[in-house]
Amino acid sequence: MNLIPNTPRITPELVAEHGLKPDEYQRFIALIGREPSLTELGIVSAMWNEHCSYKSSKVWLRTLPTTGPRVIQGPGENAGVVDIGDGLAAVFKMESHNHPSFIEPYQGAATGVGGILRDVFTMGARPIAALNALRFGNCHHPRTRHLLAGVVAGIGGYGNSFGVPTVGGSVGFHSRYNGNILVNAMAVGLARTDEIFYAAASGVGRAIVYLGSKTGRDGIHGATMASAEFGADAEEKRPTVQVGDPFAEKLLLEACLEIMKAGCVVSIQDMGAAGLTSSAVEMGAKGGLGIELDLDAVPCRETGMTAYEMMLSESQERMLMVLAPGKEAEAEAIFRKWGLDFAIIGHTTDTLRFVVKHKGLVEADLPIKDLGDQAPEYYRPHTDPQPRPVIAAKDVPDTVSLADALEQLVMSPDLCSKRWIWEQYDHLILGNTVQKPGGDAAVIRVEDGPKALALTTDVTPRYCEADPFEGGKQAVAEAWRNLTAVGATPIAVTDNLNFGNPERPEIMGQFVGCVKGIGAACEALDFPVVSGNVSLYNETNGKAILPTPTIGGVGLIEDLAKSMTLAFKAAGEAIYVVGKTEGWLGASAYLFTVCDREEGAPPPVDLVAEKRNGDFVRSLIHQELVTAVHDVSDGGLLVALAEMAMAGNMGASLDRPHGIPAHAFWFGEDQARYVIVAAHGQGPELVRRAEAAGVPLMKIGKTGGDRLALPGERSIFVETLRDRNETWLPIYMGASA
Amino acid sequence: MKSALVVFPGTNRERDAERALTLVAGAKVTKVWHSETELPSQTDLVVLAGGFSYGDYLRCGAIAARANVMAAVQAHAKRGGLVLGICNGFQILCEAGMLPGVLVRNAKLRFVCREVRLRVERADTPFTRAYRKGEVLRIPVAHGEGNYTADEETIREIESEGRVAFRYARPDGEIDETDGPNGAINGIAGIYSETHNVLGMMPHPENYIEPAIGPTDGRGLFESLSSAFKAA
Repeated sequence: MNLIPNTPRITPELVAEHGLKPDEYQRFIALIGREPSLTELGIVSAMWNEHCSYKSSKVWLRTLPTTGPRVIQGPGENAGVVDIGDGLAAVFKMESHNHPSFIEPYQGAATGVGGILRDVFTMGARPIAALNALRFGNCHHPRTRHLLAGVVAGIGGYGNSFGVPTVGGSVGFHSRYNGNILVNAMAVGLARTDEIFYAAASGVGRAIVYLGSKTGRDGIHGATMASAEFGADAEEKRPTVQVGDPFAEKLLLEACLEIMKAGCVVSIQDMGAAGLTSSAVEMGAKGGLGIELDLDAVPCRETGMTAYEMMLSESQERMLMVLAPGKEAEAEAIFRKWGLDFAIIGHTTDTLRFVVKHKGLVEADLPIKDLGDQAPEYYRPHTDPQPRPVIAAKDVPDTVSLADALEQLVMSPDLCSKRWIWEQYDHLILGNTVQKPGGDAAVIRVEDGPKALALTTDVTPRYCEADPFEGGKQAVAEAWRNLTAVGATPIAVTDNLNFGNPERPEIMGQFVGCVKGIGAACEALDFPVVSGNVSLYNETNGKAILPTPTIGGVGLIEDLAKSMTLAFKAAGEAIYVVGKTEGWLGASAYLFTVCDREEGAPPPVDLVAEKRNGDFVRSLIHQELVTAVHDVSDGGLLVALAEMAMAGNMGASLDRPHGIPAHAFWFGEDQARYVIVAAHGQGPELVRRAEAAGVPLMKIGKTGGDRLALPGERSIFVETLRDRNETWLPIYMGASA
Repeated sequence: MKSALVVFPGTNRERDAERALTLVAGAKVTKVWHSETELPSQTDLVVLAGGFSYGDYLRCGAIAARANVMAAVQAHAKRGGLVLGICNGFQILCEAGMLPGVLVRNAKLRFVCREVRLRVERADTPFTRAYRKGEVLRIPVAHGEGNYTADEETIREIESEGRVAFRYARPDGEIDETDGPNGAINGIAGIYSETHNVLGMMPHPENYIEPAIGPTDGRGLFESLSSAFKAA
């Protein structure tokens, strides 16, 4: 074997183009004791970039609670795994595809969905649901429509064809996302607890198999792109966006599950960011083994591909697998049946080296641990944000009537119905969708029931901007609350932390604050983090996004018959609010939408009250004492009531509040609250139980009629509300309703 | 009833169809891979399920229509055997020439997944006996290319021969093309072959069969099939 070729020379410019800082490059030289080859430079740049190495975030991620009685696999694998009883496990993760989606929205979003589905079925789970969390720029920004249309079509185009129901998510708009949209995709799969597959390789001399689609030149340096800010040249990065093929992914899913069943798989890893490089290094590093690859055997789509290109390609729908001894023929036959490529491209070694050969030359020979789990990590300087003053209700003028304010809120971009979006997603395929998009959480039946999973994605970026710690807590609390509101027991979380440039101390301060808040809330609510993803450098020309730590929550419903929806069911039933209402308007949707003000401290999250109130509501659902439940969040009580009325096509007459200005009472965003409707005649029982549990409970009205009757105000017909709520987005997108 | 469920690469609603066939129709279901050249012996009903066979590449259903198994499906239909094509299955039946016309891109150019109302045009076929003529059903659709069209003469023919199975309708049963989910001509959601033993339809009755999940108006179609074979 020849020595590593060393052309071209590695210049400082070349190093910088690979996104490596001079000190990182020096560290690399010291590690290998010589100048690297170009392929080696490419490999290290792929492994040590922020996207793959988590070098800025790792020290903080380690502080999150990640264990619990149900946790089978926490962070660090392709996806988290949680025991849901009866020998079954929920396998899930959320991941961002922000940078590519801004450049090419359809393919960027589509491959984001493809990547996260692959993460889930790599572990042996069949995907049963997909969700997403999307953030776009101001609705008046000239690119917003184009980006929204493309992202939604891309998510639908991939998920619909693959055959997974897309059942939930969240969509928001803010000018701070004008130059960096967010596309966070979550997938949930179902596996048997004793049939879960991991990435860590085991056994020396075992065959490494390449599965799936062929390798092309697409996506080279995609992960490096996702580790830098955008400048004016964002458009030029289009060639680094990959192209998805959901048809190939569907075949890959079926073929992978089939070879797993046949006992052919020792370990398996999908080729996501940084493709072949990252999948091979992770398998070896996690398993404490070396890996040797012979690139001559890699199935290529294009001729004349170099080792460098093959190692950095992000072509989609590919997997790497360590094969069980003696299973070559059986595994290959299964893959050929599905019309997919299958090639043995290397083997495991006991050297802890990552060796890459091509055309008789050693293109790379690197220590595998230092590329993988012992990559550099930083404790970056961070500054705490200035605390914002608390805004008193009396300092917010109530010049707009309650009815007008409510209409404004339900037709605002953030709170309007997202039907135009989710009707483009097949949310019914597989026949298990009990609660489709539009409720507090999606509810998906598990196999033939009676179990079900509740799923949601949540974050309130304006709170995180105002106070990262409280905002981080609130994101978790709201996810927990949404799961509780459908009757589920929240069991675990996946997080997708989207921030700006961590090299700026104020951005790092936002990150640290949010992670601490998430940690505190997950701890208090027994809601461990089992998987996640960090997306930094969401900045354009020095302007960062709002801090957006998306929380994907999963809850378990033991018996579908005891789940709950938000719709009003029957007239004449008493409506209560659970939790204390103080009229907190700081950083609220009311202040933003109605008053055009973005200021003030966000509502504090009392985690003890959160847990107590949620457990109380869940017990009422399970004992069938309530007929409708809805969490109170953006827009406060009145928006929550309007949503319940629209869902049930039934109005309500509401009582006059005491002691709090009306606008603060109805639109304040105090946390740990739910609106519940007592089953007929159960009001006194609810009051008795609330007193016993120490839970604040207040009657605020009763269901019935065709309008929301506000005390001392004009009433609003439910039909009018629905019209306002449903038509904004279709009209905005230039479609007829 | 013995049912053969044809699976092409990219078919993705075969589990939904299988559940409806077993749960509601009590059928024995055998999955048949696209490369097979024969159906299981004594197959009563062939089902082509929904999905994106061959990724919808070239044209929806065009590649699947030429798969090995389709000759056997054609022969089964010629013998008078029942064939049900749902969504992509309907597209395949049209591409294979087993049903007239074609399904083109939805009028609004977007994929649409939502509940629609379907009017049952006749209740005297093996697929619809459990319904009443004129009954309005709640059934979901989920497709990007379900806009049924054909030349004028073909439309006249299938209308005069009573070959329209279901139409997109308003809750009161009135037909309004502009109300439909995809712009299909005359609101056509499903059609029969000349001898009414082949049915292609875009909506998904197989997703509306269980009270635990939601509405159950799709059951009638599978109950009809089941009784067709009990009677025989």
